[in-house]
Amino acid sequence: MNLNARGFKMLALATVLGASLVRAGDYASMQTGEPVIKIVAKKFEYTPNVIKLKKGVPVVLEFTTLDVLMGFKVPDLGIRADIIPGKVSRIRVVPDKVGTFPFLCDIFCGSGHENMTGALIVSE
Amino acid sequence: MEKMLDRRDFLKLAGLGGVVFVSGLAGCSDIPKRSDADDFYFVQLSDSHWGFKGPKVNPDAEGTLKKAVAAVNSLAQPPDFIVFTGDLTHTTDDPQERRKRMSEFRDIVSELKVKNIHFMPGEHDASLDHGEAFQEFFGKTHYTFDHKGVHFIVLDNVSDPTASIGEAQLQWLAADLNAQPKDTRIVVFTHRPLFDLYPQWDWATRDGAKAIALLMPHPNVTVFYGHIHQENHHMTGHIAHHSAKGLMFALPAPGSQPKRTPLPWDAAQPYKGLGYRDVEAEVQKAEYRITELPVVKG
Repeated sequence: MNLNARGFKMLALATVLGASLVRAGDYASMQTGEPVIKIVAKKFEYTPNVIKLKKGVPVVLEFTTLDVLMGFKVPDLGIRADIIPGKVSRIRVVPDKVGTFPFLCDIFCGSGHENMTGALIVSE
Repeated sequence: MEKMLDRRDFLKLAGLGGVVFVSGLAGCSDIPKRSDADDFYFVQLSDSHWGFKGPKVNPDAEGTLKKAVAAVNSLAQPPDFIVFTGDLTHTTDDPQERRKRMSEFRDIVSELKVKNIHFMPGEHDASLDHGEAFQEFFGKTHYTFDHKGVHFIVLDNVSDPTASIGEAQLQWLAADLNAQPKDTRIVVFTHRPLFDLYPQWDWATRDGAKAIALLMPHPNVTVFYGHIHQENHHMTGHIAHHSAKGLMFALPAPGSQPKRTPLPWDAAQPYKGLGYRDVEAEVQKAEYRITELPVVKG
């Protein structure tokens, strides 16, 4: 890995937290080579809406939205991100427990907002 | 006190009284004496979602709010005031349709005999336009008023679509609370729960903990809210939080099923899970007696 000082600090923080939001520019500089899962948000769904992860294996969740401002929140894992039109949001996730963890849009986006959900499934 | 007892007796005799929940600090010795004449009651209605269409969860979508208005009008003694704790209308992307729904809602509730009505928005009313249409029809989204010795604070945790109160409103809240004597009876009305009731279903306020922290030094605080379309009673320290039933569809208990989809209409028990409440404020005790009432007498 080719990390600058700032990148080291953010990566260390992400590791401590299990999962932490990493800004796009910072992340690009890390060149971690970790797997990236692209998630596309639009009214009122995520694609994919079921995401399978392995405990202890880091991945990057990469978000875009096709229409309006959305949120992505996994309350049980303390993860959230804004998904901003025209931008790419990334979160580095290192799941530290096994289970099925629902996620949801936590920025009200319209009449189907309450149905905009999915799940992270973490296995051993 | 005679007036209050008469009304309770009426509710009991008429079979209207549901579960009665008493919230407060009865027995506190340092509460100053006040006259029973200061006691009063108000009615809380919530989550009417005017404009919603979904016959499987409410085949009487256009009639339920009107029935609730009729039920409130038929109360033996009129409440001192009525409060609507948000989601007056169901959301729509169309600004014109949003205003049409608000206009229709306003026309329906104008039939209430009691004209002292306090409104606040829910996310369905305000989150897509930051409360612009709501303010055109119903005025400010956060404000205070005083009634017979109780200080009421209306908090807006929906005009920001991130479900936040926001720093500016929190500063306004802090300034208002600082101006109150410590023993002031305080009631907060808001739409979303201020605490993390069930964040997995978005039943929370992102910065609600900051509001609770500001309220915590005050010994007599009670919160009434909506959003979750069912009763829920919760304590954060000494502060009681009471959610109300809705007037369009019932929602499942937190975490009781995978998704927060509305509960289906029960033809055998129409309007089950819907309703409104009256709240008797016993000011001297800083106590609130909650009686759940049905939309239609069963």
